[in-house]
Amino acid sequence: MKETDYKVTLSLIVNGETRNVRVLPQRLLSDVLREDLGLTGTHVGCEHGVCGACTVLVDGAPARSCLTFAVQMEGHEITTVESVARDGELSPLQQALHEEHGLQCGFCTPGIVMTFEAYLKENPTPSTTEIRDVLSGNLCRCTGYQNIVAAILKAAATLREKGVE
Amino acid sequence: MKPAPFSYHRPGSLSEALGLLSDLGADAKPLAGGQSLGPMLNMRLARPAHIVDLNDLLELDYVRRTGDGLEIGGMTRHHRLASAPEVRRTLPLLAEAASTIGHYAIRQRGTLGGSIVHADPAAQLPLVAVVLEAEAVIRSRAGERVAVVADFLQSIMTVDLADGELVTALRFPVPPTGTGWGFELFSRRRGDFAIASAAALIELAPSGAIAALRIAIGGAGAVPVRLDEIEHSAVGEFPDGMWCATVARCIAEAANPEEDPQIPVPFRRELLQTLAERALTAAHSRAAVA
Ligand SMILES: Cc1cc2nc3c(=O)[nH]c(=O)nc-3n(C[C@H](O)[C@H](O)[C@H](O)COP(=O)(O)OP(=O)(O)OC[C@H]3O[C@@H](n4cnc5c(N)ncnc54)[C@H](O)[C@@H]3O)c2cc1C
Ligand code: FES
Ligand code: FES
Repeated sequence: MKETDYKVTLSLIVNGETRNVRVLPQRLLSDVLREDLGLTGTHVGCEHGVCGACTVLVDGAPARSCLTFAVQMEGHEITTVESVARDGELSPLQQALHEEHGLQCGFCTPGIVMTFEAYLKENPTPSTTEIRDVLSGNLCRCTGYQNIVAAILKAAATLREKGVE
Repeated sequence: MKPAPFSYHRPGSLSEALGLLSDLGADAKPLAGGQSLGPMLNMRLARPAHIVDLNDLLELDYVRRTGDGLEIGGMTRHHRLASAPEVRRTLPLLAEAASTIGHYAIRQRGTLGGSIVHADPAAQLPLVAVVLEAEAVIRSRAGERVAVVADFLQSIMTVDLADGELVTALRFPVPPTGTGWGFELFSRRRGDFAIASAAALIELAPSGAIAALRIAIGGAGAVPVRLDEIEHSAVGEFPDGMWCATVARCIAEAANPEEDPQIPVPFRRELLQTLAERALTAAHSRAAVA
């Protein structure tokens, strides 16, 4: 049999839209997002769960897309960094990362944005220690983290002022 | 790297999952949170022909009070263990240990059953399951059996589980009211697997002397090590700072860690001593006289 014979057709909900793909069962969600759906905002670093660059939301909770198979995702809602800015306007977290210089090359940024979009909903008043604990799951080779922590504190304050949706 | 090909099965109930696993036998691997199996598949250290996804088995994601214990479903995620009020109240040691596993995103996916079956010698949940004297509930198409976790864990990443069997729950006896607890671990970077860890429980008699001590250490062997002799000789002692320090020294001396070029034995012993002392001190400070 040819490889294509093993392919399965999936109907995925990505950023609120239904997207159909035909993929092998072992295809990683990260590869489907980037290569089949062209959503290259989700980055891939290590493919074993350590670097955090590939983090997306599954039903609102952060998950490594490199440790998730696309075939598992039917019936779940996937959210990627592409959906975070609304109508060209950055989210408070993205805006704070920009203002605080929380990124240099930006490779780690999508994973950090997705992790903290979820975390700040769970904990709107995080301490620096709590932020650093959560941030331990995202490797950044450029910034030294200081400005990322500052940005997250700022975003949390902005979100509190605005009232979280 | 990318996983080798497999066929994917998504059972909708426990009985369907058990049927599939029994039919597929050794060619099949259950997939829980995928936070250990995922990397192993990506690195091709595991190449099962069939993956049986347990993520639709919501019936295995629960925390339930059962008389004098807490039963927790095999598919309960680390994040829930760390944050569920019932766990934090009745088994704070378990909640605290779960909150230190990997990272926030890892804890959203990783499960209790997966961690116990994966049996990494440095893992938090096997250590606290041993010190809390938990039992694993194991189901197969043939029926149910129960195994003490300390016996279930056989060696590095080796457990007493046959093909076709699933860990459906862990049963934790809830320690008596007033029991103090301590959990300590050391890793070079927050979220890395621990180099060494220690978990302790202390019950005090009305006099303030120790009525019962339980202590186990991780990173000192293939499986978590429970220190029976030290536990027995502690009864009747008054656990002041001096006592905690002395016992911690005995624990470090009794420990028999493996040589590792990155982590020399004396370094690991020192870590074990410090962590044991802190865990004992914390357990004593949290213990209330009965
Ligand atoms: C970056 C990173 C850091 C981590 N850090 C830590 C850490 O510090 N401490 C720690 O303890 N862990 C750590 N982990 C591992 C994590 O805790 C895993 O969640 C856990 O080891 C396995 O649980 P899982 O649900 O992901 O299982 P899976 O990866 O899905 O499965 C693991 C194994 O168990 C089997 N299995 C799963 N569930 C069952 C069941 N119910 N019955 C029978 N067999 C089953 C699978 O077939 C497989 O062999 C880390 C992981 C990553 C990626
Ligand atoms: S690519 Fe997924 S965590 Fe690094
Ligand atoms: S900004 Fe370059 S890795 Fe974080």
